[in-house]
Amino acid sequence: MKDVIIIGAGVIGGLIARELSRYKVSFLIVDKENDVANGTTMANSAIVHSGYDPMPNTKKAYFNRKSVPLFPKLCEELDVELDNIGSLTVALYEGQLPLLDSLVKRAKENDVEVKLLTKEEVLAIEPNLNPDVLAALYAKDAGIVNPFQLTVHAIENAIDNGGELLLNAEVKSINQKEDHFEVVTSKGTHLAKVVVNAAGVHSDDIAKMVGDNSFEITPRKGSYFVIDKLAEPLVNHVVFPLPKGGSKGILVTPTTTGNILIGPTSEYSSDKTDIGTDAPTLNKIRESALTLVPSIPFNKTIRTFSGLRATPDTGDFIIEESKVAPNFINVAGIESPGLASAPYIGIYVVEELIAKLLPLKEKKNYNPRIKKYTKPKLLNEAEIAELHKKDPRFARMICNCEQVSEGEIVEILSRSVPVNSIKAVKKRLRAGFGKCQGGFCQIHVMKVMADFYKVPLSKIVFDEEDSYIVLDDKDER
Amino acid sequence: MAKKTLICIVCPRGCHLEVDENFNVTGNFCKRGIAYAKEELTTPTRTLTSTVIIRGGVIPRLSVKTSAPIPKEKIFEVMEEIRLVKLEAPINVGDIIIKNVANTNVDIVATQTINKQ
Amino acid sequence: MKDKYDVIVIGGGAAGCEAALAAKNAGVKNVLIIEKEKRLGGILNQCVHNGFGLTHFGEELTGPEYAERVAENVVNAGIDVLLEAEVIELAEGYEVKFASYNEGIKTVSTTALILATGSYERNAGAILLPGERPPGILTAGQAQLLMNVEGYAVGKRVFILGSGDIGLIMARRMTLEGAKVLGVAEIMPYSNGLNRNIVQCLQDFDIPLYLSHTVSNVYGRKHLEGITISQVDEKFNIIEGTDIYFEVDTLLLAVGLIPLTSLLDKLGVKFSKSRSAVVDERLETEKPGLFMCGNSLHIHDLADEASKEGELAGLMAANYVLNKNKKVEQKVKLLQVSPSKGVNYVIPNFVNYPSEVDEITFRLRVSKPMLRSKICFYVDDKLIKTKFYPFLIPSEMTTITLKKDELVDGKSLTLTAEEING
Repeated sequence: MKDVIIIGAGVIGGLIARELSRYKVSFLIVDKENDVANGTTMANSAIVHSGYDPMPNTKKAYFNRKSVPLFPKLCEELDVELDNIGSLTVALYEGQLPLLDSLVKRAKENDVEVKLLTKEEVLAIEPNLNPDVLAALYAKDAGIVNPFQLTVHAIENAIDNGGELLLNAEVKSINQKEDHFEVVTSKGTHLAKVVVNAAGVHSDDIAKMVGDNSFEITPRKGSYFVIDKLAEPLVNHVVFPLPKGGSKGILVTPTTTGNILIGPTSEYSSDKTDIGTDAPTLNKIRESALTLVPSIPFNKTIRTFSGLRATPDTGDFIIEESKVAPNFINVAGIESPGLASAPYIGIYVVEELIAKLLPLKEKKNYNPRIKKYTKPKLLNEAEIAELHKKDPRFARMICNCEQVSEGEIVEILSRSVPVNSIKAVKKRLRAGFGKCQGGFCQIHVMKVMADFYKVPLSKIVFDEEDSYIVLDDKDER
Repeated sequence: MAKKTLICIVCPRGCHLEVDENFNVTGNFCKRGIAYAKEELTTPTRTLTSTVIIRGGVIPRLSVKTSAPIPKEKIFEVMEEIRLVKLEAPINVGDIIIKNVANTNVDIVATQTINKQ
Repeated sequence: MKDKYDVIVIGGGAAGCEAALAAKNAGVKNVLIIEKEKRLGGILNQCVHNGFGLTHFGEELTGPEYAERVAENVVNAGIDVLLEAEVIELAEGYEVKFASYNEGIKTVSTTALILATGSYERNAGAILLPGERPPGILTAGQAQLLMNVEGYAVGKRVFILGSGDIGLIMARRMTLEGAKVLGVAEIMPYSNGLNRNIVQCLQDFDIPLYLSHTVSNVYGRKHLEGITISQVDEKFNIIEGTDIYFEVDTLLLAVGLIPLTSLLDKLGVKFSKSRSAVVDERLETEKPGLFMCGNSLHIHDLADEASKEGELAGLMAANYVLNKNKKVEQKVKLLQVSPSKGVNYVIPNFVNYPSEVDEITFRLRVSKPMLRSKICFYVDDKLIKTKFYPFLIPSEMTTITLKKDELVDGKSLTLTAEEING
């Protein structure tokens, strides 16, 4: 019997787990996927929103605002890429100016510092913007973060401090007993006193398993373009258009990986598993983005993808103990600004919600930091020479586009969160993420993994269990 | 027999050839096109290239080719024989891997050198 | 390995090896090739088919045979070769930083630098392939490497997008290895590959070619299950109601090659329409002593042409090194070379007047297929040369040489290609 089971190993489940691991509480994270961060966390804008945008007095506003100042320390402890580049929300037409003013007011109500910039001021700091720009809202607290690293490293920290993770475990049903839950998964039944439902687009289905029908989640699909690394920076901030119809619109932003991310669209879907892309949607994104930044080199696109947001019918985050099932905590409907709100959601769920249900005694030997990952690109000549002496695999390049070495791949394979697929390597190290999208390196990444796990290449998978990539072993035909 | 058109495959030029009922060939850039056209319409041949399994070498596959063109209809029979080969490194470029493959009087030869690992 | 070289060639493929050989033969003492793979030869090593060497060696060879010949010449010439080393950064001077398991991360300097890093394949993201993203979608070159070098089969039921040579070659290759190739789709109304390959790769095996078609959807979660192709109009928009579904486990993408030039990013080199650095007729970029050749300069159809280009780059790099301290006597002008009507792109982008070389080689591609046509060279408004062709197609590079004294003084050199009427 565990004290807590967390359903969902995305950024929300991950940060809850990380906070929970501070305390003498036993917990298990379960996720139906073959890797953590394989749902919404994998396919979003990777933005730390400053917090001016949500409607005041909502949970979205509250949790976003409280999370932003937590990012620097959190990312330092968890060795996560974070860049406080600021954001610009841009007005291109006269008719948009009143909306810009209302956003200034809203920012004030949300206690977020913003500044209205004139045309000249905007173009001075963002020269590639549409020269017709009239004005822009500058939010200095906004930034970009690496959501994969944030989740993987948070869960690594949680496991290192005593937590457990079970992948490929889809929750089929939950039986509520007198003083515990029976969580029936595809990988056995697990018992816990408290259950945290952080199951993303499926959180309403999970809640229904304990008779809680208080909310519905509609998946809202968004597609993106990823542009290759450019010789000159295209934009220096996160660039937003003015919001339209409840969606932040199609933005243009740098990423912590050095790419440009463009998107997302917003279409309500009925399929919780549909993350394909289609030509009309991609064209819409292109047209819209070019009005913001006319010189976007779309011919340097290296990837397009889609993600699903979990949009709640309540209009706001749902972060509370279920009114129907005691000891069942819903953390649902975490759509934008979900990522930007994640740190404080993690703290709140543990210190305000779980604390009311279980005694939380701090662990004496809790370590909030993970062991820093080796980053050969940041070392000087002497440090590199020493590193090479210790382990020459750090000088053997596997992914040439992103310059990822064999040593770095072996390092992630040796850490607490399992790396079961090519996609898992890509998320953590960007090997296969670059201009050739794995054309040159995928076979070599596969070989490093096959060698480490002592399995034939035909057992290395792309994403899900048994999503094999090559057919036979090299001795047969 | 009416005029037949075909594309010469002897070299990358790919000349468009026309052949009449007396096997007169036009459209060829060089002599080889004439010979090709006549052969292609009577006993077509092809050069086959492929790989064979090789053990103990720096890579696990050795590239090979037929030492001369083989009858087109024997292509898959030749491939079957190639499929069964399992070599040991080292092998040198030009080494004969299969003599008289599928009774064609043509050999399968190595097109690269693979040294021992 | 030395700390300093006269000429370093990055990339030991068809172009790079010839560049190193030419430099050495021209009298340069210290020449180094840095190659990321275990052996020289570049992409030739995985091209087990024949069709190579007809002009360069005077006989028809397979890719590996060609590679081995060139590699042997390199070794015999006393050129230093560093294998399994990846160049990770370039700096002016020139400083070449590389990473290798044995050497670690080291920097070696050189007087002249030749970039011959080849190309990479356009992928699913770049062509905005719609639908899902399961495993089973590969580029043709990736499949070729897996099958021919690594010894893995990739699938049993295959569809290929793109009728360029690599797509056609793989259609045959996979069929020979026992896969069922259900078809090849090509978005243009004409095939992009050599005619001979249409015959010996598709017709020989009754593999249908769907011109003016593209992949309109991709299905499958754990693995690829199927695709639909649809017809496109002249603007390449999908025509409603023309979908054809194929049940496949493998989709190969043969949709083009792009020069691999990321090492140039930090050097601030100017780029041209062919997606690589701007060069003059000596294959020198704007940076003195930095030369380019092969697929990293522009995509070639034949290795023989890439080799020839490499030879010139090597010779010019040698001239640069050997004449480095000589004073430049003559005032030299730069003529801008502009592709115009009917010409998609042309290398070089600039020509020196007067030129150092006796024969100026122009390599170009036309923008659409033409029958009975002519290519014209104009210096400003003056026509200086005309060449006639029975046909010209975009998928076949055209090479024309101009004798040094055929060139006249002027501001720009313009090339046009058009059909002759009447």
